[in-house]
Amino acid sequence: MTVTAREHQPIELDRVVIRFAGDSGDGMQLTGTRFTVVSSLFGNDTATLPDFPAEIRAPAGTLAGVSAFQVQISDHDILTPGDAPNVLVAMNPAALRADLPLVPPGATVIVNVDAFDERSLEKAGYAANPLADGSLSRYKVYEIPMTSLTMEVAKQAGVKPRDAERSKNFFALGLASWLYSRPLEPTIEWIHKRFAGAPQVLDANERAFKAGYHFGETSEVFESNYQVPPASLDPGTYTETTGNTALAWGLIAAAHQARLGLFLGSYPITPASDILHELAKQKHFGVRTFQAEDEIAGVGAAIGASFGGSLGVTTTSGPGVDLKSESIGMAVSLELPLVIVDVQRGGPSTGLPTKTEQSDLLHAMYGRHGEAPVPIVAAKTPSHCFAAAIEAVRLAVRYRTPVFLLSDGYLANGSEPWRLPTVDSLPRIEAGFATETNHVDPDGQEAFWPYMRDPETLARPWAPPGTPGLEHRIGGLEKADGSGAVSYDPANHERMVRLRAAKIAGIAADIPPVEVDDPGGLGAAEVLVLGWGSTYGAIAAGARRVRARGLQVAHAHLVHLNPFPSNLGEVLSAYREVIVPEVNLGQLWRMVRAEFLVDAHSLTKVQGVPFRAAEIETAVLDLLDSLGRHAGAMEGPEAS
Amino acid sequence: MTDTAVVTTTRKDWVSDQEVRWCPGCGDYSILAAVQMLLAEIGAKRERTVFVSGIGCAARFPYYMNTYGMHSIHGRAPAVATGLAATRPDLDVWVVSGDGDALSIGGNHLIHALRRNVNLTILLFNNEIYGLTKGQYSPTSEQGKVTKSSPFGSIETPFNPVSLALGSEATFVARTHDMDRKHMMETFRRAHEHRGSALVEIYQNCNVFNDGAFERITSRDVRSEMLIPLEHGRPIRFGTDGSRGVALGPDGRMKVVDVAEVGEEALVVHDEKADDPSLAFMLSRLARGPYEPTPIGVFRAVERTEYGDAMSAQLIAAQQSKGAGDIDALLRSAGTWTVSG
Repeated sequence: MTVTAREHQPIELDRVVIRFAGDSGDGMQLTGTRFTVVSSLFGNDTATLPDFPAEIRAPAGTLAGVSAFQVQISDHDILTPGDAPNVLVAMNPAALRADLPLVPPGATVIVNVDAFDERSLEKAGYAANPLADGSLSRYKVYEIPMTSLTMEVAKQAGVKPRDAERSKNFFALGLASWLYSRPLEPTIEWIHKRFAGAPQVLDANERAFKAGYHFGETSEVFESNYQVPPASLDPGTYTETTGNTALAWGLIAAAHQARLGLFLGSYPITPASDILHELAKQKHFGVRTFQAEDEIAGVGAAIGASFGGSLGVTTTSGPGVDLKSESIGMAVSLELPLVIVDVQRGGPSTGLPTKTEQSDLLHAMYGRHGEAPVPIVAAKTPSHCFAAAIEAVRLAVRYRTPVFLLSDGYLANGSEPWRLPTVDSLPRIEAGFATETNHVDPDGQEAFWPYMRDPETLARPWAPPGTPGLEHRIGGLEKADGSGAVSYDPANHERMVRLRAAKIAGIAADIPPVEVDDPGGLGAAEVLVLGWGSTYGAIAAGARRVRARGLQVAHAHLVHLNPFPSNLGEVLSAYREVIVPEVNLGQLWRMVRAEFLVDAHSLTKVQGVPFRAAEIETAVLDLLDSLGRHAGAMEGPEAS
Repeated sequence: MTDTAVVTTTRKDWVSDQEVRWCPGCGDYSILAAVQMLLAEIGAKRERTVFVSGIGCAARFPYYMNTYGMHSIHGRAPAVATGLAATRPDLDVWVVSGDGDALSIGGNHLIHALRRNVNLTILLFNNEIYGLTKGQYSPTSEQGKVTKSSPFGSIETPFNPVSLALGSEATFVARTHDMDRKHMMETFRRAHEHRGSALVEIYQNCNVFNDGAFERITSRDVRSEMLIPLEHGRPIRFGTDGSRGVALGPDGRMKVVDVAEVGEEALVVHDEKADDPSLAFMLSRLARGPYEPTPIGVFRAVERTEYGDAMSAQLIAAQQSKGAGDIDALLRSAGTWTVSG
């Protein structure tokens, strides 16, 4: 849509990166989310990076309390929330100080000048007011009295002065909406819905939002506003989703496809709790959520539910996985379906609860005593969490095994437009409960052997209690192959260890081969970037940038980490160099080196934030340089 | 849950094909027999009966029952059983545990299962010792107990399982002992009939590592003087010809009295259905250990909404107000837009 503001037409941009930053209590996550949703509805492609502290309310005005939300909107398909903001909206001095280092010279900085009083400057650690000392001379700075303008209009709504001030994030949202020609109506509608129960707050927020918009339009502070036209995305019906929501919906859809009741046993933990919240809302799908007394009870109850014929799921983050390890090992031994969702965060220990990391891969792979193999599925984008959840459930049910589903803080809270699949296109999942005996004792007596395996999948029968004639006992003690009776026989133990390993390894035949994005065909490029999980966007964007320079690079991205797709060895050997970027110290890198004896390079970053496309680009260029392929390459336009 | 259809079984039908491997003379044998006989007697169905256990000697119980069962991991049986019972209200779920399993490593799960009132019949085999790990003191061992891990005597104050359960908002709490099959069967029957969490503490003799822990109160010759049977609605009396009883003293404390001295009207009338668990708690504190007159039987049996039923009710209410879930509508619930080709 076009806003006929003043005499100017908006200046057209192909993309823009905006970062909203303020105090934890300033509502920056809401501002960013609303701006994103409106942009998606408008037809842009979007990608977001919420970046907030672990404390709910760190001391106001301090650097520790800064909460930010970065969003990239564009007229073409994009893969990341952008390397560097074009616009920083700073609601106070601490936000400016914390986030200015991310902003390149020449970019726009919009500050809430009302917040730049002596005390706030001091709290942020500024010796002098940066708005006055010339230190921002390399930026386009706009000083807007957001607090006082908001107070002015919110007072008219009849709210108390202290509450009036709280609407200033809507002023900022209004201003940004004008600056980027966003339509007003969806936000106004949303304000009406969200604050229906508090008419005064509704009124104050709506007034503040409109005031921000009109301030931009009429004040002539800004020379012009901008327009990012809709992107030409694939035809279809879209919604805006976060990883946690998509993952919760994926679990519901998978249970539906399998015609199983969904049972979630979970203990609140950042950044996974939103999956519990979302599932707790969906009771009309027959979803049972159990907020357990601890992480162990969460997984224990999920195992109990699976034993009873439901789909047992537990959701957590790294510290919770530590606690669940013994129970996951039990599920390996019991051979019951179970999905363990690990929304990874910075570790070790409590680490960085609200920041992203990919450092639980080896934990998922090896974090149990004994030989206890578990399939691992990893989501690569927020919307892909949906399909990844369905795949994790499919494997858990088909192979009667616990399955790790890895997400992370970036995927969990980040959002993007998602082209909705049709229900018909979702895979069918067959629970295939056992209904009859499967063995005849030497005395001719019919019997049920709980560890008789399907010759194709090596999975054992799943016979929930209630079926007459199939009464059986399972447990964590080693079981005799077939009968499932307790067995300490040495040869039987080795057979069972190998059978459990073979069952999981055999899944390789049941998963798609890893796809390689190499425009020249497999092996055309010399360098392959191998990724997994949430690095997908940065790697794909980095590869685009390399190609824009006229150079070649291939990208393969793993969704299945255990077992690996059956063609992975072949793919790795088709390239002269392999580089593995990870937000850890090289975990997949170790796995592929160990498995394939490939002398891969590791590219690592552990700062609680995702890779930037430029970092991938630079690493690939350096590698190409070392091969003598960089010379003469042209400067490419920035892709993201 | 009690099935109405009559199924005729005998104890033999409840015995699995696994050889029982407890030490000869272990109290667990008589508990196993009592449970098997009870299930046959009440016409329970094998396919609807599940035994879930943790780790410890008692935890081998499920292997010996010809029912569904799970021998899970140390302390976690109440958690596993909660997931099962909450999703399968049609099943009879029993938890078999010991003093280490239920009160030490699994203490958290036990108190929360009781608080939630999950439909579980929990048998707590209390032998005041760690048996499977060969004789360390347990959370119910008395202070001063000399064991391999406490050569100079345990310095810890033990738990009183009945007090703990009452403090955990349990709706059914009872105590019995392994020397009296009839009492065990009657207590288990009551626990099994209770909809919600039912905890039964069973004084159980470990003849290898803690032999005779309860003999001062449970052996046949002293039983009548040392065990105080609780009967709902009746004055609490015990001893030869009911000569002794339980009364509240002028200081508000509960004590053992001679009935002849105080008169029958002074005795406490047992009320297992009392909403206020205070008297039940006082009864649980009457004996300082299994060497003083000790109440057995049902301390508390009150009605409260069962956890799985409450969970199901929310599901049904949601389906009634929103209709059955529709995946397509779910995916569109946050608002959509269409890009046309």
